[in-house]
Amino acid sequence: MANPQMVMYDEEFRQINTVLEKLLRESHSKVIFLVDKNGQLISGVGDTEKFDTTSLASLTAGNIAATGGLAKLIGEKEFSILFHEGEKDNLHISIVAGRVILVVIFDSRSSLGLVRLRVKKTSDELTGIFEGLLKKAEEREKQGTSDFPFAEITDDDIDNLFS
Amino acid sequence: MSFINYASREINCKIVYYGPGLCGKTTNLQHVYQKTAPEAKGKMISLATETERTLFFDFLPLALGEIRGFKTRFHLYTVPGQVFYDASRKLILKGVDGVVFVADSQEERFDANIESIENLRFNLQEQGYDLDQLPFVIQYNKRDLPNVMTVDELRRELNPTGVPEFEACAATGEGVFETLKAIAKLILIDLKKGK
Ligand SMILES: Nc1nc2c(ncn2[C@@H]2O[C@H](COP(=O)(O)OP(=O)(O)O)[C@@H](O)[C@H]2O)c(=O)[nH]1
Ligand SMILES: [Mg+2]
Repeated sequence: MANPQMVMYDEEFRQINTVLEKLLRESHSKVIFLVDKNGQLISGVGDTEKFDTTSLASLTAGNIAATGGLAKLIGEKEFSILFHEGEKDNLHISIVAGRVILVVIFDSRSSLGLVRLRVKKTSDELTGIFEGLLKKAEEREKQGTSDFPFAEITDDDIDNLFS
Repeated sequence: MSFINYASREINCKIVYYGPGLCGKTTNLQHVYQKTAPEAKGKMISLATETERTLFFDFLPLALGEIRGFKTRFHLYTVPGQVFYDASRKLILKGVDGVVFVADSQEERFDANIESIENLRFNLQEQGYDLDQLPFVIQYNKRDLPNVMTVDELRRELNPTGVPEFEACAATGEGVFETLKAIAKLILIDLKKGK
């Protein structure tokens, strides 16, 4: 298949949130999201209730996909950082570990320079976590010890979803 | 690829509605949106031109309920059907878990259907997917119109492998949920196999 199954475990989820919380504080930003390249939200910290996070995740992934297509057209591999400047809020989007998207929303209490600097450090930490995560998922699969919840699923379970 | 989050106990799957321009993909999503309880759906996003043609994609997130303690979410996408939007279609297929092909049953759209389903197979291959290995269902839409081909004729060309198929009139909603339910089921069965 095109890319391996994406999984998230408690331990890595906590590590990721710790790193994101730190970025939030050190960059003085309002809210930070981590999104899978396929458009699924992985996590968010800060003022997340003020945003429609599902839509945000999908549109961010669409945006990265579209600019990635543009990059290829002009002979670049990808644009690893995108920046959108608004009247009040700004959007800093970057690709981490080749497959997840880090979205930082900030206003005039911060600056592009500061966000860029802090994001760089955070990216390295996140890359480490995601590499570990991938390895862990692979190992579990090899051992056949996947604690996969759907192995026991029945037709009734599925039908109930639509009732 | 579906995303399983053991930490928040969620599972997310991506369904793409594919088919020629004006076959009724957006109408399918609109019907699902209208008939789904507010707490089970997110906002429907349509990136469309001023004349309501899909420009990049439509997006509808559904959170239908729980299976074995896991919140099960389906993210529904449509692609822009017109031939010249091929680059966008490829992007939307990334990470797909299941495909609905919406065929336009009208005689004059027959060639467009064939072209679109071949385009689907080709674009999937480019991403490393094989349509025959993927959860896949076909919907014969616009059955209410007078100039339609018979389902037998459509099946012969569009569904030689016999994947689940449904007659529909997306404009009234007939067949829309049957189609969605079928693709969701195939995706979950696929997950069960632990792919
Ligand atoms: N008669 C009829 N018209 C339909 C049906 N489904 C969609 N349409 C119409 O076909 C046109 C194109 O539909 P749309 O969903 O935008 O097509 P898309 O390009 O595949 O997204 C619209 O005017 C719809 O109202 C159907 O089942 N019967
Ligand atoms: Mg459309």
